[in-house]
Amino acid sequence: MTSDAAIVLAIEDELPVRRFLRASLAAHGFRVIEAETGAEGIALAASHNPDVVLLDLGLPDGDGVEWLRRLREWSRVPVIVISARGREDDKVIALDAGADDYLTKPFGVNELLARIRVALRHAQGIATPGDATLELPGLEIDLARREVRVDGREIRLTPIEFKILILLARNAGRVLTHRQILTEVWGPGHTGENHNVRVHVALLRKKIELDPTRPQRLMTESGVGYRLRDREVD
Amino acid sequence: MIEPSSRPDPDALLRRVHADEARAARARLKIFFGFAPGVGKTYRMLQVARDLVIEHKVPDVVVGLVETHQRFDTAALLLGLEILPRKAIEYRGRTLEEFDLDAALARKPRLLLVDELAHTNAPGSRHAKRWQDVLELLDAGIDVYTTVNIQHVESLNDVVAQITGVQVRETIPDSLLERADEIELVDIAPEELLARLHEGKVYLPEQALRAADQFFRRGNLLALRELALRRIAQTVDEDVREARAERGVTEPWATVERILVCVGPAPSSARLIRTAHRLATSLRAPWVAAYADTPALGGMSEADRGRLEDHLRLAESLGAVVVRLSGTRVAEELLAWARKQNVTRIVIGKPTHSRLWDRLRGSLLDDVVRGSGEIDVLVISGDSDESREEAKAATWQAAVPGRSWGFAGALIAATTALAAPLHHGLGVPDVEMLFLLAVMTAGVWLGRGPALLAAALGVAAYDFFFVPPYWTFRVSDIRFLMTFAMMFGVGLLMSELASRLRRQEQEARAREERTAALVALSNELGSVVALPEAAQRVARLAARTFDASATVLALDDQSKLAPIAREPLTVELDANELAVSRWALDHARMAGSGTDTLPGARSLAIPIGPAREPIAVLALFRAEPTPLSADQRGFLQAFCRQASIALERTVLAERAGAALIRARTEEMRSSLLAAVSHDLRTPLAAITGAASSLQNIAGLGDDVQRELVETIAESADRLERLVSNLLSMTRLESGAVTLRREWVPLEEIIGTARTALEKAFAGRPVHTAIDPDLPLLAVDPVLIEQLLVNLLENTLRHAPDPPGAPKTPIELAARRDGEAVEITVADRGPGLPEEVRARPFEKFVRGTGARGAGVGLGLAICHGIATVHGGSITAESRAGGGTVFRVRLPISAAPALLPATDGGPA
Repeated sequence: MTSDAAIVLAIEDELPVRRFLRASLAAHGFRVIEAETGAEGIALAASHNPDVVLLDLGLPDGDGVEWLRRLREWSRVPVIVISARGREDDKVIALDAGADDYLTKPFGVNELLARIRVALRHAQGIATPGDATLELPGLEIDLARREVRVDGREIRLTPIEFKILILLARNAGRVLTHRQILTEVWGPGHTGENHNVRVHVALLRKKIELDPTRPQRLMTESGVGYRLRDREVD
Repeated sequence: MIEPSSRPDPDALLRRVHADEARAARARLKIFFGFAPGVGKTYRMLQVARDLVIEHKVPDVVVGLVETHQRFDTAALLLGLEILPRKAIEYRGRTLEEFDLDAALARKPRLLLVDELAHTNAPGSRHAKRWQDVLELLDAGIDVYTTVNIQHVESLNDVVAQITGVQVRETIPDSLLERADEIELVDIAPEELLARLHEGKVYLPEQALRAADQFFRRGNLLALRELALRRIAQTVDEDVREARAERGVTEPWATVERILVCVGPAPSSARLIRTAHRLATSLRAPWVAAYADTPALGGMSEADRGRLEDHLRLAESLGAVVVRLSGTRVAEELLAWARKQNVTRIVIGKPTHSRLWDRLRGSLLDDVVRGSGEIDVLVISGDSDESREEAKAATWQAAVPGRSWGFAGALIAATTALAAPLHHGLGVPDVEMLFLLAVMTAGVWLGRGPALLAAALGVAAYDFFFVPPYWTFRVSDIRFLMTFAMMFGVGLLMSELASRLRRQEQEARAREERTAALVALSNELGSVVALPEAAQRVARLAARTFDASATVLALDDQSKLAPIAREPLTVELDANELAVSRWALDHARMAGSGTDTLPGARSLAIPIGPAREPIAVLALFRAEPTPLSADQRGFLQAFCRQASIALERTVLAERAGAALIRARTEEMRSSLLAAVSHDLRTPLAAITGAASSLQNIAGLGDDVQRELVETIAESADRLERLVSNLLSMTRLESGAVTLRREWVPLEEIIGTARTALEKAFAGRPVHTAIDPDLPLLAVDPVLIEQLLVNLLENTLRHAPDPPGAPKTPIELAARRDGEAVEITVADRGPGLPEEVRARPFEKFVRGTGARGAGVGLGLAICHGIATVHGGSITAESRAGGGTVFRVRLPISAAPALLPATDGGPA
């Protein structure tokens, strides 16, 4: 373990889960700091400046989403919510409140590591936006020329499909909720019109997937939104 | 031996018991009954109420509304009584004070005093009449004291008018008197009343002052008093008779009387109806109001039609059964029907027209009397003829479009132009035939007026141009007068015949449409077993049949009225219209536009279901909210009866289903315990075993260690699946699942389901055939995904997996089928095992021969999800081996898409 190892702050009240996080993350070269309550977590986030925060929603001192909102008031640190609440609404609320990702308990360590890596990469990516091209497995997007290649073959996209694709590509590996996509592509004020996103994603899939009923690139997170597969999340 | 006739009639006893029970449970109505204004009804009512409060300490007596007319002695009685504030209603710039029904219902006292039962409420009130307010109070369990005068009693209304010469417009149905638990006659001597009148102690509304002199005559008052006493005696008599029947005293008259009254559009029919009602009441006989619709009557004017409907409604409100007969001869139809129904007396009106008319058209009265045989015929005098004149005038005004007159003129002009060269040039002799043809044509196509015009013009033109001497209107030969008469006669006859045919055709068509609608309804509802589906069909058909938007509402779990079906889907009910429907449901009576209750509403609400406890309400927004005719009302009721039967059946079916479920609960509980304990313990045992081995046994080989760890991971997976399945099932069953319907392409859901099962498929081919033109589905995507996952998992578990041989494919298809999308999942497995075939979607039913862990919840969850979406799921064995599951989900109209925006990040 080196001093410049990435710091993971785990805000979680369950000892067994903390123990599992500590053991597995440390084994993969992360430094883990732990908080049992939301208040403690916020204090540690301020004092230790972690690179990633893992946040449980059912904390003894209040709802995790509230703590997330407080954290977001002053910090852009990537937050991955880990919760036993499996309902899609909870996920959407957390994501819309500023979480970067969401993992439902139980989850495996590989899944967790992949999400942490994506979060870390995006945190660095924020600093240097505006690449001329985006590259993903089998997918190449030339932003300047507005060209998209799938497995080397150029495809034609409508403006909306293009907007959705680059939005997802810039956030590759992360879930974007329907609302986030609606706001980014159509502008604010279109809540409750999720079907627009769904219809255009379905059209987009026909162009970038081999079999749209068995997507390999543009994945649906049921009831939450969409995720473009990244190299690291499989 | 017991004399059979003296034994108490068990039915009568039962009725009595039921009536007693109902009476004990229901609120009591006491009516203070007077024979004229000023006898002191209000005063007496207050006295009694005061007595109750002050002497007998009865709590909770409230004055709903009492008119003291600024009289000190009456007002004094109000002191110390709780008085409800009145409700102010704005009407045409004036503020009217009315009884506040809602306040009374909210206050819900034990006893409420409401004066003037016959009062007509201000427009904008819930009910048209105060007596309807009172009925609602009684329904709500509030005892009511009220007052009414004899001239307001519907069946006596015209008798009073005859005695006094003053027509009273505000009436109450006789059924209210019958409903009353107690009627107290407030009686004073007519002399005393007259004295009070002269002292100015009798309040009369302004418009009544004019008639007061005519009304308050000693002779009148004596007659009215007698009438009132007789009416009360009749009530007493009924009570006595009931008591006698109960004790087994044989009724003095054994024969059953049955009375038929002939009703028509003439205003005198109202009198006939009241007379028949009185007769029927005094004889305790059932009675029928019959209207014979004959083509010979020709076209009936709108005014006539309206009056006829009024009469039939009146008869219905007085307790008559209304029948409509149709045939060519009124008398024969009436008599035939009367014989068939064992009618003993026929009430018919005295003709008011001349004897000549009878000679020409035949006399109904004559025919009835002649053919009546053993049936008695009562001939009652009609009113004066003025109304008949009015009725006739109305017939003449029957709308003829203006251009018809023009056509008539043009027709004759053209005939003349055609006839002139024929007659004068070619010398064709009988050109009058051409004119006759023209007049006939006008008669057939243009109606009576224009036909007569054509005849007159034709006569004039023929005379002028073709009858010598030419170019004058003089006629040299008397024979031509014959021709003229013929032209007129033909014109009249043709127009009459044509209009008769047209009307008959229209009526036949209307009748056919209605019959067709009823047949369609019974066909559509015949096979339905689920309430929502039945409701949807009722709504669809009602909307089509009544040219309206239709909503079916039912009570939800929180006892709130909510729509369960609507047609079109955009219909919304605001709070007002919901209240109308609520009222209709609570009171099991029609309400809203076109009825007497809440007539100001936009919708018409009809309760559906068993007569006393409706289970749903049909709310119609009609394109033209006119009052309903008896015909329409009858049809609407027939329609709703059909709907009621269907809905009731679905509810019964559901209840039967619920009973079955209860019966199986025990069986299920034990299988649940067995399944859960087995399915939870097995993976737990594996985990515990593997973990303790890793913990305690030193020196395990790497392979063994890896195997143990895999065991732990697999078992944990299995536990996770079990727990989430149990959770889903519990949520679905407890109704805790709220559908989050979204518009989703089915492809996307299939995609997520396949992604979730990526590992499980492990090389097994899946053949998909999804119709690319499927519309968006309004479903909860998460639940439908779960449905598909469970279905596919189930299929995988049963698919044959012979080592070495290639894995058989699973077929997944989706296509549109009418108003639904059908998703099929088919395999080449062993098919449904015998023990599962009957109920594959039941909980904890597991087929044998399945691989891996299944609790028997997967398909039950599928079924639950399909059901909450208003869809269905079925399973059947497949030709050539295997099983096919069919999921049907309803399609509704998809929303519009947003247009592309120009701005935004690119």
